[in-house]
Amino acid sequence: MWSSILSPDFFSAILRAATPILFAALASSIASKAGITNMALEGIMLFSALFGVIFSSLTQSAWLGMLITMVLGGLIGLALAFFVLNLKTDEILAAIAINLTATGGTVLLMVAFSGDRGVSSSIRSVSAPSVVIPLVDQIPFIGQILSGQNVMVWMSLLAVVILHLFLYKTPMGLAIRAVGENKNAAESVGISSRKVQYIALIISGALAALGGFYLSGGYMNMFTKDMTSGRGYIGLAAASMGGNTPVGGFLVSLLFGMAQALANIMQLTSVMPYEIILMIPYLTTLVGLGVYYYAQKRKKERLSGK
Amino acid sequence: MDRQIVLQMNHIMKIYGNGVVANEDVSLELRKGEIHALLGENGAGKSTLMKVLFGIEAPDQGEIVLNGKATVIKSPQDAISKGIGMVHQHFMLVPSLTVAENIILGVAPKKGLFIDMDKAIEAAANIAKEYNFEVDVRQRVEEIPVGIKQKVEILKALYRGAQILILDEPTAVLTPQETDELFVQLMKLREKGHTIIFISHKLDEIKKICDRATIMRNGRSMGTYEVADISTQEMSKLMVGREISLQFDKKPQHLTSKTLLKVRNLTVYNTQGVLKVDNLSFDIKGGEILGIAGVEGNGQTELIDTLTGLNKKYKGQIQIKGKEIAGSSIADIRGMKVAHIPEDRMTTGCASTLSIQENLFSYQFRDPAYSGKVLLKQKEIEKRSDSLIKEFLVKCKSRKQNVGMLSGGNIQKVIVAREFSTAPDIIIANQPTRGIDVGAAAFIRQRLLDFRDAGCAVILVSADLTEVFSLSDRLAVMYKGKFAGFFTDVGSVTEEELGQHMLGIKQDERLEGVLYE
Repeated sequence: MWSSILSPDFFSAILRAATPILFAALASSIASKAGITNMALEGIMLFSALFGVIFSSLTQSAWLGMLITMVLGGLIGLALAFFVLNLKTDEILAAIAINLTATGGTVLLMVAFSGDRGVSSSIRSVSAPSVVIPLVDQIPFIGQILSGQNVMVWMSLLAVVILHLFLYKTPMGLAIRAVGENKNAAESVGISSRKVQYIALIISGALAALGGFYLSGGYMNMFTKDMTSGRGYIGLAAASMGGNTPVGGFLVSLLFGMAQALANIMQLTSVMPYEIILMIPYLTTLVGLGVYYYAQKRKKERLSGK
Repeated sequence: MDRQIVLQMNHIMKIYGNGVVANEDVSLELRKGEIHALLGENGAGKSTLMKVLFGIEAPDQGEIVLNGKATVIKSPQDAISKGIGMVHQHFMLVPSLTVAENIILGVAPKKGLFIDMDKAIEAAANIAKEYNFEVDVRQRVEEIPVGIKQKVEILKALYRGAQILILDEPTAVLTPQETDELFVQLMKLREKGHTIIFISHKLDEIKKICDRATIMRNGRSMGTYEVADISTQEMSKLMVGREISLQFDKKPQHLTSKTLLKVRNLTVYNTQGVLKVDNLSFDIKGGEILGIAGVEGNGQTELIDTLTGLNKKYKGQIQIKGKEIAGSSIADIRGMKVAHIPEDRMTTGCASTLSIQENLFSYQFRDPAYSGKVLLKQKEIEKRSDSLIKEFLVKCKSRKQNVGMLSGGNIQKVIVAREFSTAPDIIIANQPTRGIDVGAAAFIRQRLLDFRDAGCAVILVSADLTEVFSLSDRLAVMYKGKFAGFFTDVGSVTEEELGQHMLGIKQDERLEGVLYE
């Protein structure tokens, strides 16, 4: 088992497993920064995983499929914003509704589109390509980890940088952070909190859509029923543990990716029952959140004790 | 001094939806380069007038003339663009952002797609330097003390080009040193030609830095005075004044022999570490009403919260019927037959989304008369609810109506009904008639008197002087956490005297009759 953990394959598996969680974490952090908990990430990802297969198949282009999926993901984000901001629905309840719709809706759509019920194997979709980086692939070990990854792994890393710049360097990013923290303060200087929250949720939806697209068009090359298996929620946890910053979310996503990769390896070595191993990513989330909130509490107590 | 008039508010009238006349024919005139005090008690209409000026409320009548031109101010943004800035009592700052980011929020200088942060920091630092504010603009707002936060608020307004600056009780949250520093800065702003509206009820501060003062009382202006020409005594007389005295069926007092509540050396700090109750001692026996008057924020809230067990952090002794309450839960204290009419009826007083009946029984539901071992005795509860609604004249459709749907006066009656139906020995009433209609207020006052006559000890905290005057058997005036005055013969106290104690002009060292031993 140790030999497989120390192999470049393992590290490469961490990156692969971390990517969908990272997209979800980024989606969650921008929504949280704007003051909204986007729990609909799970549903948006699941819808997007199916949309990715359908539209890359219809267009026979991974890129066009990805673009359409992002637009649709953004639209679901917009719908959530409409429920929460205009109709004053509870944000968690609206998200649950979206997630449940996704669970049933994806199966319904898949049946309607292909006749398949569980797996979309009959749809001829196009996956996002892998990239071999010249020169880097020659470096032993590191080259094996970095080169040959799916292009979306790189896109997720790029998204970390872009989102960081957006949130911390642009006027809109400043407005988003201000609205999330003190709505009254933002409104008192003429910022429309509603507009800002709409924008944040649309971006959040589009980012989650990329995570979903990756699952069915990168990590795997088909859609299976319920294939997100909680990654949206894990992303939510990752973002929260990372302090809702893109970089923090990235680091925690790596941690969760590692748990996932470890579970994959341990499944093969079968030292433990398969089901226990599958618990690892979720258990890590639980423990991680516990540790994070304990640390936060201590920090608050320290600050208030001063 | 430049005598140019920059702003006139003429004959402003504002009546709120619930019929409260907040401003009645109020006029205000501001000169360029003056610090103009707006003086008045809580509820005198200062805030409403400023809300009208800052575009938060639209006046029902009257006009605003800015720099000689009649104008309509539609929103706070509109006010800002017309050069009016406001520093709210509760700061409008984003804690995790830096001082510079807070200052430029919404009007950030840009470089391409990005904020030009260097320029922002420079601009913020420049404006701080120009007005001599010692502020590190790179620091996060959450890390700076309150005094500096206030400076950031002022800078924010100045950065947006404010010529007229409204400061809403700016010294309420400051330490004396910070207050002095603020005053130096305000004078500097005046030198530079800014006009400052200084809302306050602290006369010494007004004497110190204000040029003129407009005094408000009960929604009306009592006139504008040159501060140099008016004494603090005269100001307090204009500001505090008794309206018509209330007529009650007040019977002669029959004190019971037992001291029901004994407080010794009570000291309370609030969560920010500010001293709110300062070494306070008093006794109260059955059969009397102890009135506590004072300008709000002088420790009344903290005192009551501590007596009722809502706040458990205090130094000193509190004994209810001879028993120390330290370590007792709120339920334990209530179990000692203490009733509490809280100050804020919507957040502490009731559960507004529950029915009248559920609110009436939110304390008594444990009583075996109304609850079996598992289930509540619905029939008993319904019967009792209906009789309480009748007895306390609650105007409602039925006992099932949500409390939040009722008028303020009726909500208060539900709370009072709940508290009084427990047959209390001690009643702690904090602002029991604030903001409710005359009829309901009179009803509640009469009830308090009835309980006093029945041998109950009543503590009545009220900002309504007429009320404390007419109900109290003994009267304390709270100022900065202490009793600044104490009167056993309430009938002989003049409102002028009371006003001076309320505003800290007069502070008695020896208080006669506070203790019964």
